[in-house]
Formats: sequence, C-alpha cells, structure tokens
Amino acid sequence: MKQIRNFSIIAHIDHGKSTLADRLIQYAHLVDDRQFRDQILDTMDIERERGITIKSQTVNLPYTSKDGNEFELNLIDTPGHVDFSYEVSRALASCEGVLLLVDASQGVEAQTLANLYAAMENNLVIIPVINKIDLPSADIDRVKDEIEHELGLDAESALLCSAKEGTGIEDIFEAIVERIPPPSGNTENPLTALIFDAQYDSFRGTIVSCRVFDGVVHPGDTIRLMAMGSTHKVEEVGIFRLKMEPEKELSAGEVGYIIASIKTVSDTRIGDTITLDTNPAARLLPGFKEVKPVVFSSIYPIASDDYHSLADALEKYKLNDAALVYQKDSSAALGHGFRCGFLGLLHLEIVQERLEREFDQSIIMTSPSVQYRFLLSDGSTVIIDNPTYYPDPTEIEKSYEPYIRASIMIPERYVGLVIKLCMDRRGVNSHLNYPTAGRVEIAFDMPLAEVIFDFYDKLKSITQGYGSFDYEIIDYRESDLSKLDILVNGEKVDALSTIVHRDRARERAVNACEKLRDEIPRQQFKIAIQGAIGGKIISRSTITPFRKDVTAKCYGGDISRKRKLLEKQKKGKKRMKIVGSVEIPQSAFMAVLKTDNE
Amino acid sequence: MSSNPGLYVHVPFCKTKCPYCDFYSITDLSLMDAWLKALKHEAAIYRDEFSAFDSLYLGGGTPSLLSYQQMETLKDILRTHFDFTPDVEITIEVNPDDMTREKLKFLESMGVNRISIGVQSFNDEVLTFLKRRHTASVAEKAIDLIRLCGFSNFGIDLMYGIPGQTEDCWLETLRCALAFQPAHLSCYQFTLEERTPYGRLKAEGKLHPAGECEEKRFFLSTSDFLKSKGFIHYEVSNFAKTQKRESRHNKKYWQHIPYLGLGPAAHSFKNGMRWWNHRSVERYCQALTAGEKPVEASETLSPEQLRLERLFLGFRTKGGVPLDDVSGNPKYDSTLSRLKQSRHVTVRKNRIIPTQKGYLIADRLPLMFFD
Ligand SMILES: Nc1nc2c(ncn2[C@@H]2O[C@H](COP(=O)(O)OP(=O)(O)O)[C@@H](O)[C@H]2O)c(=O)[nH]1
Ligand code: SF4
Ligand SMILES: [Mg+2]
Repeated sequence: MKQIRNFSIIAHIDHGKSTLADRLIQYAHLVDDRQFRDQILDTMDIERERGITIKSQTVNLPYTSKDGNEFELNLIDTPGHVDFSYEVSRALASCEGVLLLVDASQGVEAQTLANLYAAMENNLVIIPVINKIDLPSADIDRVKDEIEHELGLDAESALLCSAKEGTGIEDIFEAIVERIPPPSGNTENPLTALIFDAQYDSFRGTIVSCRVFDGVVHPGDTIRLMAMGSTHKVEEVGIFRLKMEPEKELSAGEVGYIIASIKTVSDTRIGDTITLDTNPAARLLPGFKEVKPVVFSSIYPIASDDYHSLADALEKYKLNDAALVYQKDSSAALGHGFRCGFLGLLHLEIVQERLEREFDQSIIMTSPSVQYRFLLSDGSTVIIDNPTYYPDPTEIEKSYEPYIRASIMIPERYVGLVIKLCMDRRGVNSHLNYPTAGRVEIAFDMPLAEVIFDFYDKLKSITQGYGSFDYEIIDYRESDLSKLDILVNGEKVDALSTIVHRDRARERAVNACEKLRDEIPRQQFKIAIQGAIGGKIISRSTITPFRKDVTAKCYGGDISRKRKLLEKQKKGKKRMKIVGSVEIPQSAFMAVLKTDNE
Repeated sequence: MSSNPGLYVHVPFCKTKCPYCDFYSITDLSLMDAWLKALKHEAAIYRDEFSAFDSLYLGGGTPSLLSYQQMETLKDILRTHFDFTPDVEITIEVNPDDMTREKLKFLESMGVNRISIGVQSFNDEVLTFLKRRHTASVAEKAIDLIRLCGFSNFGIDLMYGIPGQTEDCWLETLRCALAFQPAHLSCYQFTLEERTPYGRLKAEGKLHPAGECEEKRFFLSTSDFLKSKGFIHYEVSNFAKTQKRESRHNKKYWQHIPYLGLGPAAHSFKNGMRWWNHRSVERYCQALTAGEKPVEASETLSPEQLRLERLFLGFRTKGGVPLDDVSGNPKYDSTLSRLKQSRHVTVRKNRIIPTQKGYLIADRLPLMFFD
C-alpha cells in the first residue's frame, strides 16, 4: 500500500507559492535541471506573464523520508484570484493539509487569511511556512507574532525557508509526511472521486483531475458523473508528473487524472463526484455547487464576416473553460456576437486575451455589466445583464442590484483614503477591525457594479500596493437605476450603453464622454459624443478633426519607410470597429466604465 | 505616359551640413574620388539590367560640388554603361553658393537640361536659422545666371512653416521666387526629422514644430496662391508651370516605374522589388572594392503592399489612384462616396483624384481602403 500525502500551498499573491512549488519539484528530480524552467506549473502564457495561476495543476512528488520510508506526495496547485475561489475550495477539499506560506517581510495579508479560512473549512492540517527569510527586510519575529495572533496558529510550528535560495526545503518535506495525515478511505467502498479540475486536450479529449476518496477506478470501467448524470467509459487513468503517466488504477487516497469519453470540459462540473455506473455511491461528496457568472459582456468580431470563426473559437475555448457561459447576441451597432458570462473581471480579461492570442480572433468586448433585477408594474420580475434589454422605464416598479461584502486589509495609514474610496463607490455598513497593531481590516457592503471595473486597481494605487481585497456576493438590494446611452455623431451606439445608479448618472455620463474623446481617434470630420438618459442629453464632448496629415517629402527611401508606418497603423486599425462612419477602438468599449477623474 | 526607367545618382557630399537635413551626405570631400571610382563598379553591375533611361537625376548632397573633371568622369561612366533616350531629362540639384556662369555653361555642355536650385527662402533671417551657406541676394544672382545661361527649365526648392516664420514672410518668399518665372516649384513643409540636430532639439523640447492648424494654413495659402499664378499642384509639395514641366524623374517614384539609384543610400525599384544601398560612403566603397553589391537590404513587395503603395503615392498626386484598386468591397464603395461627398476626392476617368482638401490629409486616405 502506497504512503500518500495530499497537500496544497496557499499564500497571498507574490509570497512565493510558485517558487516554492518549483523547489519541491526540483527536489523530487521530476525533471533534470537543464530542462527546468521557473514557475513550471504555470503553463499558460498569460499565467507566466501575469504571475498568477489560472488553472490548477497537480504534481505527484516521490519522497523518501529521513527514516527511509517512501512516500508519494500530491501537490495540488490552486488558482490565485478571487474570481476562482470555488475552484480553490474544491482543490482544498482534495487535500488533507496545506502549507500556508507567509512572506517574511510582508507578513500576513488579506489573502493569507481568506485562504486560511478556506483551509479550515475543509478541516485541513495547516503548516505555516515563513518564506523569503533571505531578504534583508525579513522580520521573522514580527511575522511569527502575526501568525500567532492574526491567524491563531502555533507560531512555534512555523518552518522557515527561502524558496528562492532553496533553503529549508527538506524540513518542509519532513513536516508534510509527519504532520499531514495519510488519506483515509476504503478501496472496498463504492467509488467516489472529486473533480477539482478539467482540461481539454485536442488529442486526448477531456482530462479530469480528481481525488479518489473511496473505491478504485480502472481503464475499462464505466463511470458516472453524479451531478451531471452522464456515464462514460474510462480509457486511461494516471498521475501527473509534469507529464501524464498512465497507471493501472487510481484508488482511495490518490490524486490523478481520468480520461474517459467526455467530449468537452463543460460536460464536467468542478466539484462533481465520479462513481462507478455498476456500483454507484449513495450520494455526492459534499460541497458541490454550480458556479454562476457575475459579470456579463458581449463579444463581437471586429469584421462581421468573422462571426462564424468567432463562434468556432468560442466553442473550442469553452472545451477548456467550463466557467464561461455564452449565448447568441446581436447589436444594432456591432452586428452578431455573443453575450458571455464570467466569474469576474479577471476571468473576462483572460477569455479576451486567450481568444485573441490562441484563437487569433479580433474582437470587441462591450462594457461589462452585472445582473440587475426589475419588478415590473404587471407584477413580473425580469433579470437583465445587458443594457440593450433594459425595460421600458415607465413599467419599472422597483429596481435591484447585487451587493457584495468587501473585505479589505490595509496598513492603518491608508484607512481614510480607503474609506473614502468605498463611500464614493456607494459602500455602506462599514466595519473596522484591528487584527494587529498597524493593520486594519475594513468591511463594506457595496454594489457589485461599483467594484467590477477598476476598484481593485484603484485600491492598489491609493494604498501603494499594500491593500488586498476579497469579496463575496451577499444579496440584491433595491436601487434607483437608469440606462445611460451614448450617441456618437447623433447615432446611439447600443454597445456603449450602461446601467447606472441615478445619483451617479451625470458623473458617469461626463466621464464616459471624456474617456471616449480620448479613446476614439480623430477623423477627417468632427465627432460629437453625447451621454443621454431617456433621450435627454446630459453630457457631451467633441473630437476635433485632424487638420493636416501628409508628409512633405516622398522620394526613393521615404516610400518604404512610409509604407511600413502605414502597415503598422493598419494593424492598429484591425482593433477598430466602424460604427456609422466612426472608427471606434476596442479599448473604448471598456473605457466608458473607467472612473479615474484625476 | 512614358514607362522608361529613371536613373538617379546620389552625390553624398556637402560643404557643411544643414541642421534640419536628413539626406545622407558627409562633409569629408576627400572621399569624392573614391566614391566616383566605386560608382563605376556599381554601374557595371547593373549594365544590362535596365532599358534606356529617359530621366537622369543628379541629387544629393550637393552635386554642384563636383569638379569639371569629376563631372566628365561621371558622364563617361553613365554613357558607357547605360542607354538613354534621345529626349532624356537630365536634372541636377545645385546650391546657390556654387553657381557661376562658367559652371552653368559647363553643365549645359554636359547635356544637363533641367536645374533644381535649393534656395529654401528669400529671407535672410530664415536662411540664417536654416544655417544655409547662401543669402537671399546670392540666391537671386544664382537664379539670374541660370536664366541668363539659357536654362528655361529650372525649379526652385523652398520651405515653409519654419519656426518664427509668418505666413506673410512665406508669401513674400513665394513672390520673390515667381519673379524669376520658374518652370517648377517645390514647396516643402519644414519637418523636424528625428536623426538631425534640429530633430534632437525638438525631442529636448527646445524647438517646436508648427501646429496642425498653422501647417494647414500655410499649405492652403501656398496652393491657392500658386494656382492663382497658373501653376499645377501636381503633387503634395510640387508645382509645375505646365504639365510638361512636371518632374519626369520624380513621377517615376510615385508611379512604380522602375528606377535605378546609384551611390550610397540610393534606392532602386524594379519588378516589385526595392533595394537600397549602404548609408555610408565607406561601406559603399568597401563593398564595391570587394566586388560585392553595395546593397544594404531589399524587399519584394506583395500584391497587398503594392496596392498600399499605389494608394498612398496616388493620393499624393493629381494622377490619383486607379478605381480598380478600391473596387470589389462594398465598404470601400461607401467610404469612397463619403469622401466624394466631403470633397476630399473626385472621380474622373476611372481614377480617384485627390482634391486640395484631399492632399491635406493624404496620409489618412489609404488606410480607409483597407480592412
Ligand atoms: N528573496 C526572495 N524572493 C522570493 C522567494 N520566493 C519567491 N520570491 C520572489 O517573490 C516573487 C513572487 O514569487 P512567486 O513564486 O511568483 O509567488 P506566487 O504569486 O505566490 O506564486 C518572485 O519575484 C520570486 O522570485 C524567496 O524565498 N526569497
Ligand atoms: S540641405 Fe542640401 S546642402 Fe544642406 S546638408 Fe542637406 S543636402 Fe547638403
Ligand atoms: Mg504564482
């Protein structure tokens, strides 16, 4: 019987999770040093560039302990952003313990706490690890104090390491095998395996990452996805050692992959339970929920001829991202496209970037919106996430918008600024908490619509990077809403409409007009931009035409130079959509929501 | 329209370097003989590659710096390696400060039949700012000599929109120029080119280019004024007294007619291919001494690139763009009708012709016909 330990690393962003994972992998000699590259588990370009983990990765690490016992340790990497907190919770549910990583100079931060709570909810053994002890600014005593008082953990149990320099790594392995319990579970029981991730591979189909709790699964078995109710024949099972290594079976306690005849990732649900069709488990593993999108935006191809190619790309993309939902949409200004739902704004940006990079699509995304509710005079309720379908104002009895509970952790000196920011964003019901001297946790109820766009960026900038932010959606509250339309040269551009709170309407309208003036390039005629509510113009701006644009000389050598310049401009133009006779760049559709007034 | 190729010879030498100029030239005149020797090798390379040239353009730099001896040698080189049509247009760029009656007589005996004189301004303050080697009166005398020696086909190069220059001051320069009854005028918007001393001053914020509105005013008043004096505004910066006086040579650049450029930094074009020489007299000479082509790089234009060039070159000239180049796409049709309506272009004989208003934004027009 294999000796197994299943664990995860949790940390505030930049505290060194990926770096530590690299060291553990190197220690286990899964690849030789020549082939090793940093942040080896972050495989997508976007992950590497942004330094965040989007998809969970798993790696099976063989380890021989000091006393000579052989172990297999499964490291389950978790996505590192609030948008993906459900995925994080399922990954954690697949473990028995976690390494809680804390930066020796930054100390405990908001996500440290949020992650700790998530680990506690899953009854995991927690091993505190203080990382970056090599830094001159490392303050181990202070951090131990925070671990003791802010996190309520035994500071003496904390390990010290430098993931960068590779010190303290063996102690971490020893602590994992000593402190984290082996998985319980019985191979005799009916199969239950928790899906914590799924990826699409064009050769192999859907690859399901799972943790087996009870029973055994082999190739040839027919499995049933309990929540989905579908059955599939297993083609292969195995473990991840940076590449997939097939095994004869996966049994209780193990973490690995299953390839069955599952067509797309969306045929699986993260959190679903896999059982055997012939000998099914009585019930699902606890904690399953359907993730619901909270941010909505429409995607249009820049050239309307590319609609079918975009449809194809979305279908392929969706194979790999079950969280994205979409349906057909159309706009008077932009033609045919798709209305999409996202887990959050980061998710939206990732989808946008991947569609452009991996699928070579030139797209426009409209301003993101949350889901509003309207009680109409005939007693019915409508839910609307697209300003185009805003109900007739005379029929609206009551309007509601979603609220979140924001939790913000900052050094004390920023309290005034952050409270002002939250109040500006219609925050109410504030709560201040002082977990340790010098540190403040601020909680606010705020409309989701006020935070989806640039709230986090704003927060980071006013707190010089020290602020951290987490939120959960709490409820819908009554709100005084209206629809802000934008007219470009007198023509309403439906894709630029937004739903706004009435108190903020004028400010938003002025802001949108200014932003559009900056985003829309000058053309050979004057462009008027207006903001209107219910047909009444409440703001305006003008883009002056260019007066002269022609180079003086154009002889032998100038010709190639000039052409290259135009070719560059031509590329930029690929990201413009012509509405009426005005070229509107992709960035304009997002800019209408941006609110920096400095 | 002739489609004989054109020949350009770049004479990369100047007595001093003007701080706004980004043509390739050096002030070390001791390299002139080496340059001429290398040019002979280069001419040999292209000996049988072009049919008879109907234009020859000696540009620079300052071709009028060439000694009689060097001129003779150059003529021999070109004569022995290339064919010319009987009516060949032979242009030389000259600077006012080295014009003498004797030199002009000599040029005439060499077959030169068109002179382009770089005057830039008839205002001494402006000339001082430009650090030119001549004054207004030197320029006036030089042009008088040109006329006296019987050159009726001569053009004057001028510049407007110079920092500190008012519109009146510019129009005064134009009037002075017209008094000499030139066959041709080139009027260039003063431009602060990046790799020049004045361009660097601009980057440092010490020199300010004219604003867009001002440029527009200068451009329009120049065009209006010269047209009222009977000139044809046949290219953004070029005016000719009659169609025959349009620069035959320069039009080849704008119409994708083949041309061969000899000398450092010179560009050539043939069969959809463009290549250009090293922008250094030393490297140019080295390559040729080693028996290699002095070519720095070349490009073969795709049909798409050729179309882009036809569009942006066409929109700069009164010949315009063939209608065929924008047909077959309903979006272009509507763009075209919008531009017609706004009077940026007109359509005549299956060509889209830019108006004066169109010239003003000629660099914006081509991309309107690309997706
Ligand atoms: N000095 C020092 N820097 C570290 C250490 N561990 C990680 N880093 C650096 O901290 C930054 C964030 O690390 P990363 O592993 O990407 O953090 P993650 O966001 O938690 O995955 C990177 O620049 C690392 O090089 C360490 O032990 N010492
Ligand atoms: S403007 Fe003419 S004379 Fe002055 S440096 Fe340039 S090429 Fe030489
Ligand atoms: Mg990371």
